Amino acid sequence: MSTAAQEIAAWTAPSFGALRRLLRDPGARVGLVLVTLFLGLAVLGPIIAPQDPLEVTVERLEGPSARHLLGTDGLGRDVLSRILTGARLSLGTALLASVLVTAIGVVVGTLAGFYGGLLDRLLMRVVDVVLAVPGLALALAVTGLFDQSLTAVMLGLVTIWWAGYARVVRGLVLSIRERQFVEAARSAGVTESRIMLRHVLPNAVSPVIVLATLEIGQLILAVSGLTFLGLGAPPPTPEWGAMLNESRIYFLSDPHVVFIPGLTISLAVLGFNLLGDGIRDALDPHQAVPSRRQLARLRMLGRSRPASAAAGPPAVTGTRPSPDRAAG
Amino acid sequence: MRRYAVRRMASVVLALLGVSVLTFALGVLAPGEPAEVVLSRSLGQPPSDEQLEEMRRELGTDRPLVVQYFSWLGGAVRGDFGDSWLRGVRVQDALAERAPRTAALALAGAGLSLVIGIPIGVLAATRRNSVLDHVSRVGALFGASLPSFFIAYVLIYVFAVRFRALPVFGFGSAAHLVLPAVTLALGPAAVLARLTRSAVLEILGEDYVRTARAKGARARAVLFHHALRNALIPVVTVAGLSVGHLLGGSLIVEWVFAWPGMGDLAVSAIHDRDYPLVQGFVLFAAAVYLVVNLLVDLSYARLDPRVRVEGRRA
Repeated sequence: MSTAAQEIAAWTAPSFGALRRLLRDPGARVGLVLVTLFLGLAVLGPIIAPQDPLEVTVERLEGPSARHLLGTDGLGRDVLSRILTGARLSLGTALLASVLVTAIGVVVGTLAGFYGGLLDRLLMRVVDVVLAVPGLALALAVTGLFDQSLTAVMLGLVTIWWAGYARVVRGLVLSIRERQFVEAARSAGVTESRIMLRHVLPNAVSPVIVLATLEIGQLILAVSGLTFLGLGAPPPTPEWGAMLNESRIYFLSDPHVVFIPGLTISLAVLGFNLLGDGIRDALDPHQAVPSRRQLARLRMLGRSRPASAAAGPPAVTGTRPSPDRAAG
Repeated sequence: MRRYAVRRMASVVLALLGVSVLTFALGVLAPGEPAEVVLSRSLGQPPSDEQLEEMRRELGTDRPLVVQYFSWLGGAVRGDFGDSWLRGVRVQDALAERAPRTAALALAGAGLSLVIGIPIGVLAATRRNSVLDHVSRVGALFGASLPSFFIAYVLIYVFAVRFRALPVFGFGSAAHLVLPAVTLALGPAAVLARLTRSAVLEILGEDYVRTARAKGARARAVLFHHALRNALIPVVTVAGLSVGHLLGGSLIVEWVFAWPGMGDLAVSAIHDRDYPLVQGFVLFAAAVYLVVNLLVDLSYARLDPRVRVEGRRA
């Protein structure tokens, strides 16, 4: 099947060598620092927030000062405290969505790739259908089915996002099952289900982890995109995208209320993207290859041109075009 | 070629059928019973049981779901997506009114992304590891990391607030198109630049390029005549796909700039749970996307015979 799947299937397992390569890469180091910082904030943010993120005061739209390091918003709430408290909401939603999407994608992709035949065609048809709809539009429609909550946002994103993973994992499984050790196991009389669980799946772990890391940034973008459109996080929830949405009306007079949450989201996404790129490069045995080429291929495989398929899935950034960008 | 085209068209129809089931399901799962939603909006008070019964008959929601699906699908095939629940218009009319504005924005954005992305990609490939190459790499990283709404506000701040050079929100003149189109273009431009770079680099390593060089062709001729033509095939494909995608609705950008297109309409429809409108939008966007995708694939197959041969084998 595709060369991209074969290439990522050839990625080495995580090792000290790979870790050393990762830490030598300046981009990855910056990514690691940013990701550690933001994960720390997601855990500690609500605790270290200096003020109550929901407390409305008369000190409205103030610029940064000693009392309010990042100023206050339109209702006089402390922006720093809201950013810190919101870290858990924004990043938590994206991370949880990433776990769910990976799980669904691995199960569906493995079943399709390993068993082939009718099941494969059926599952890939469904994948094609999901990928045929502009991502954010469908996520928006699904999110709107539920009550306003971040869980709804997560479900909306999972609905569209699993399909691209399933297709990539299927490609991976197809290429792994052609390898010699699988043939050896089969000729030794190992049962099919055991081959799948003990021989094929473990070899798919490291590429899937890389894929998931690369996608977290896009998921953060998508979460904040939906909440920015006013879904999922009703006021006064201090979620980053929702903060931006709530502050839009003050933008022309007091741009900092929009720029601060916007910059926070950008830095978080940048961190995860840098780290994801770094991990991919570190696990990539062909270090000489231009570093982004495989990602481009992966994207082509993942969503832009199915090798034999029907409905061509969306293109653009990330494996699923970040709905934010694809439709935004 | 004809067989390939027929096969591809059949698969598009199949995918559209799938999308129609998905879209119909959205309407069924939507919160609130349609009859009740419509009535309480028009009456301003909870409707009586008789009124509900009558409205259900009128909307056809008293019939089994399968019957409802096929009658809805029958309408959709003929371009009838039903009535908006709140806006007193037919869904297709509301979409048709806004489609040209979304198309203008999408085409401007896609055109810009080509104009920005391809030259940068070519230069980055021919001057590998130059300053420009590094800048374009960092630019691509930022292009993939910055939310489009953040890019939008930065552009608004610089060009509309600081320099007062361009209008900010709304619609009307060509100047109104500039900021939203640039916002829309930057992300795809970053992707195109990286894609062009790697495609050109790959082609520059091919045997026929070496042959052309060996026989003494000038560097510029090799680049434009031999390399670029071949390198641009995948680039144009991806660009075509992104046009299809942008046409489907530039939700966030339209929302930020209050651009009265389909995306803007869809977001407000979601907010007041006007599901027929949402359904119409999703189905329409998917149809446009699939058709553009089909056209891209067919032209690709014309340009590159290997595609249709492979298609036959598959």
